[in-house]
Amino acid sequence: MKALAEDRKVRFLNASDRTICVEFGNEISEEINNRVRAFCIVLEEMQIEGIVELIPTYRSVSVLYRPEVIRYAALRARLEEAVSNTGSIEIPPPSVVHVPVLYGGEEFGPDMKFVAEKNGLSEDEVIAIHSAPEYLIYMLGFTPGYCYLGGMDERIATPRLKTPRVRIPAGSVAIAGLQTGIYSVESPGGWQIIGRTPWKLYDAHREPPIPYEAGQRLKFYPIDQAEYDRIYAEWHAEEGGGEA
Amino acid sequence: MIEFLKRGLLTTVQDIGRYGYQRMGINVAGAMDELALALANILVGNAPETEALEATVLGPTLKFHQANIFAISGADFGARLNGQPIELNRAYLAQAGSILELPVAKRGARAYIAFSGGLAADCLMESKSTYMKGVIGGIHGRAALDGDTLAFCAPRCSLPNLPYRFLGEDYGIHYCAHPVIRVLLGPQDDYFSAKGIETFLNSEYTVSKENDRMGYRLTGPAIEAAEGCDGNIISDGISFGAIQVPTDQPIIMMADHQTTGGYAKIAHVIAVDLPLVAQLKTGDTMRFRAVGVEEAQDLYLQRYQMLCETARHLNEDKISRKTENQVRINGQSFHVLVAELK
Repeated sequence: MKALAEDRKVRFLNASDRTICVEFGNEISEEINNRVRAFCIVLEEMQIEGIVELIPTYRSVSVLYRPEVIRYAALRARLEEAVSNTGSIEIPPPSVVHVPVLYGGEEFGPDMKFVAEKNGLSEDEVIAIHSAPEYLIYMLGFTPGYCYLGGMDERIATPRLKTPRVRIPAGSVAIAGLQTGIYSVESPGGWQIIGRTPWKLYDAHREPPIPYEAGQRLKFYPIDQAEYDRIYAEWHAEEGGGEA
Repeated sequence: MIEFLKRGLLTTVQDIGRYGYQRMGINVAGAMDELALALANILVGNAPETEALEATVLGPTLKFHQANIFAISGADFGARLNGQPIELNRAYLAQAGSILELPVAKRGARAYIAFSGGLAADCLMESKSTYMKGVIGGIHGRAALDGDTLAFCAPRCSLPNLPYRFLGEDYGIHYCAHPVIRVLLGPQDDYFSAKGIETFLNSEYTVSKENDRMGYRLTGPAIEAAEGCDGNIISDGISFGAIQVPTDQPIIMMADHQTTGGYAKIAHVIAVDLPLVAQLKTGDTMRFRAVGVEEAQDLYLQRYQMLCETARHLNEDKISRKTENQVRINGQSFHVLVAELK
């Protein structure tokens, strides 16, 4: 797969005096996000001294840097070089992360019934539709491990709850409008909850702390309670054993 | 080891921050006032990015269970060591059993207490910074509580030039309650009208009650959006010092800012002026002035070199005596520092 080399639309914006935001467009599209991913791969290979970290998002990459090592003009020139290189290198296809989900049920998927009824489907049909696509992980952000997924089937689109819930357990798989996602940490929220994954999505004591990254594909697969319990025990074995 | 006899309003362990994990949605956290953190650390012989205690408005009371050298930088809390007033930006040796009090911020909002050799706090993803929402770093990911204890990593009772490890208040910066804050416009300044930008750069903005480690919500004249813009963008990265305008009032994103967000950013506070913002309290005011990236980085490099030279100067093991004087030459006043070499 080749990334498009069309770099005339690329903008280099100062997002502070220690960050350059490289913007590839102003829309949410797989094509633009693909360029974001390609750019990150190229930039990491270039190993430019002075770069602190990269934050890839829907359509841009924030490049944090140390001006005492590399100043704006010099870094910008290297970033332009990286942009032109993204067109000429082979980008490996994104890997697919398979995430197990126990769908439905009062405890884990309290809104499954509503989502099914609203769309004139059976619960099994909702599960089949929701677990079919390989969703693109456009970006992570907002809270640790929260992922912005693209590509949900409109047949299961459901509006947000009128009154958001105060506490949504970590691992909850949910739908809001045309979006789907997973609550990686416990938080308040108004999405329709259709299931839960037994994975521990955010674990600060694990390397890496999050089991997926931006640019990868994510596919859900349905599991039963026994499987849920088994995987849950595996992923939460070290519970409470935080380091001092 | 130190013990928190009184925890203070919000006392956390902070170093320069947890970089490298924002792409996973994990915040940087870290010291709000990076300069004060660096100065306090340099005074006690640490690397400038080492962890220290960040005290907020009402400071803690600490008991030293072991002797160590410490220094306080940033806001003036009227600190006392065993009841005796002590100075900002000066290294002190506290004997075992000493009590250090930081009653209340008289000027500024945040002080940094650095301990020679650092603190044995939780270290996760290469940082000891407390990230309260992610419940990691520092003291189990939370603010200090009464009775908490923290061990020293490598306490010291002596350092080169100990009696002269003093920099004077306001070293390298002038904190005040009504500063002019320099900003770099963008990256979404085109989401605001020319009139909106003019308002932003020519008005006074007040720090509202909603100000914390995450951000400062300001109030002041409404900033007009460009036609067809509603303050929203496709979510992208957020930097320390980003100024978002969700409706028509600005919010400055501070050390605990989330990694990404969907509001247009009219400008960013330049790195050297972030400490001025970090020391503001509810009701303080500021004005903004636009500078270019080259100027911002010249200032940043000057400060960086100042910190390097200060550290070298203090650690130079040759000073036997240091005196400071004001002298006047041709009507101009100069601050003269004389260090006698052995």
